[in-house]
Amino acid sequence: MSVLIYTEVSKGKVKKASLEAVNYGSRIATQLNMKATAVIIGDGDLSDLGKAGASKVLKINNEKLVNLDGQYLTAAIEQAAKAEDASIIIFSNDFTGKEIAPRLAARLKAGLVAGAVDNPVISGDSFTVKKNVFSGKAVAMYALHSEKKIISLLPNSFAVELKEGSAEIVDFAVNLDGINSPVKVKEVKKVSSDLNLADAELVVSAGRGMKGPENWGMIEDLAKVLGAATACSRPVADMDWRPHHEHVGQTGLAIRPDLYIAIGISGAIQHLAGVNGSKVMVVINSDKEAPFFKSADYGIVGDAFEIVPKLTEAIKKFKANQ
Amino acid sequence: MKILVCISNVPDTTTKISFTNNNTAFNTAGVQFVINPFDEWYALVRALELKEAQGGNVTIIHVGTAESEPTIRKGLAIGADDAVRIDAEPNDAFAVAEQIAAFAKDKGFDLILAGKETISYNGSMVGAMLAELLNLPYVPMATKLDVTNNVATIEHDIDGGTEVVECALPLVIAANKGMAEARIPNMRGIMAARTKPLLQVSAITADKLTSITAFELAKGRTDCKFVDASTPEKLVELLHNEAKAI
Ligand SMILES: Cc1cc2nc3c(=O)[nH]c(=O)nc-3n(C[C@H](O)[C@H](O)[C@H](O)COP(=O)(O)OP(=O)(O)OC[C@H]3O[C@@H](n4cnc5c(N)ncnc54)[C@H](O)[C@@H]3O)c2cc1C
Ligand SMILES: Nc1ncnc2c1ncn2[C@@H]1O[C@H](COP(=O)(O)O)[C@@H](O)[C@H]1O
Repeated sequence: MSVLIYTEVSKGKVKKASLEAVNYGSRIATQLNMKATAVIIGDGDLSDLGKAGASKVLKINNEKLVNLDGQYLTAAIEQAAKAEDASIIIFSNDFTGKEIAPRLAARLKAGLVAGAVDNPVISGDSFTVKKNVFSGKAVAMYALHSEKKIISLLPNSFAVELKEGSAEIVDFAVNLDGINSPVKVKEVKKVSSDLNLADAELVVSAGRGMKGPENWGMIEDLAKVLGAATACSRPVADMDWRPHHEHVGQTGLAIRPDLYIAIGISGAIQHLAGVNGSKVMVVINSDKEAPFFKSADYGIVGDAFEIVPKLTEAIKKFKANQ
Repeated sequence: MKILVCISNVPDTTTKISFTNNNTAFNTAGVQFVINPFDEWYALVRALELKEAQGGNVTIIHVGTAESEPTIRKGLAIGADDAVRIDAEPNDAFAVAEQIAAFAKDKGFDLILAGKETISYNGSMVGAMLAELLNLPYVPMATKLDVTNNVATIEHDIDGGTEVVECALPLVIAANKGMAEARIPNMRGIMAARTKPLLQVSAITADKLTSITAFELAKGRTDCKFVDASTPEKLVELLHNEAKAI
């Protein structure tokens, strides 16, 4: 039996979220005395998969999979799981994971925990996994009762660990002849930034306190010196001060970077729902009563228009001395 | 066009969460339940707009107990034509999907809409599972939806951007913010909702693949450490030496 881990390449390398999933799956495999096999669509430098703990890699190349269409991809992963006699399948709870893991779960009648934040607790027949619920206000332990189990790991829950190791890489042919997905991709608009907010480790975020889109230069400068991605509160995206994909919170993206700096954001519960998994939170706000300070690790009370440029300078100096 | 909208019943976003029975059950005492925002503001409203423009019927479906009837009536007040409640405790995503699939499979719906996720258990699972059980395509995270000549055009969020896809009906779509603007039910809608059909359907025997064994409140943060506005270099030092974040 084995643990199968779904992975993806981006810009020629294995994605960070995929490596987190391989680490996670290989820990489970070790505990249960199983083999950890990664399955990857497309090509690239796959050496990190072995370093992250996979002992085997199934490489799938099939033209029907270029758009990661749900119906084709589910069938492909099902075939890989069967070939590897997988009893546990791991995804990252990213865009693909959210689409494919539940589909595969329904097909295999496998219990699924979507968005796991910790290693499973396995003892005898009991198998439980922790995940966030109520938009981060609580966590719940989910018991999985089915023979086959699927877990999708919340990105950024664990740091990636790469060790010496290499995996046997084999081409895996899938048969998708019987399926005809009616979904046709007409247009793809990728965001031009190199930093993907969803898996950024550092994030600088700003809200309505910035008064208008013309003032975002200082936010971008701060993000730039830190090497951080930029984010914003919902009203800011609603008023088109910033693009929609930067909106974090309950109705936007949920992120959990190592550092989240919130500038001119009041800290409404719906905003917190998307960011309270951040490891360290810094809040800059002119109102010392702003609710965000209650969830912050570090705070500065004052005018962002004065503080942010100064902070950017201080970080520049710090970086220069590193 | 026959449209089915899946609605779930969730605690209002501002609810203070607590648990009972030795932290094994969500404490519903005093909690205001609402239609899950993604289901109501985006999926249901867009379904109604499509119906208003092109004709057809919008049915809302909910898996839950009689306690969620006020939530269902709200959906009717916003404008759904009729409602279905499948009488089962919605405590496992796959079981919920099986219930909805069993009802929907031979009804000829052209479009099945769900929300991106529930704000209670944040699963993002039911829509995709339903698509699989009905052997239909599934487009998640939809921010725009149009239908012409039985073909849906959908803009949706993907990793690092957005994508526009076309798909012949029928299919399952999960709605994200952007697909429509929230509507507030008016008095006429509220009155009409009282007499609109609410069909109660008995549950099938579904597979329960998961269950929650315990809850825990998220750990709060230790007190916020304040740094004076005139010394941001102090913050940089703390972030480096103490928090080890930079
Ligand atoms: C169901 C639901 C879902 C929602 N989903 C989301 C979501 O996903 N994400 C989200 O963000 N919101 C969401 N909201 C909205 C949320 O409730 C808040 O309205 C929103 O987060 C407020 O945005 P803000 O903090 O930028 O603006 P405001 O609340 O207006 O706060 C602006 C802050 O800037 C400070 N400020 C002003 N001037 C300065 C200055 N010169 N220097 C420093 N600070 C200054 C003010 O003190 C204030 O705290 C949702 C609401 C609902 C009801
Ligand atoms: N009990 C339910 N009854 C009807 N639809 C539901 C139910 N639970 C979830 N859904 C639908 O499935 C979507 C995703 O839910 P979830 O997978 O629980 O995050 C929701 O936004 C609803 O559209």
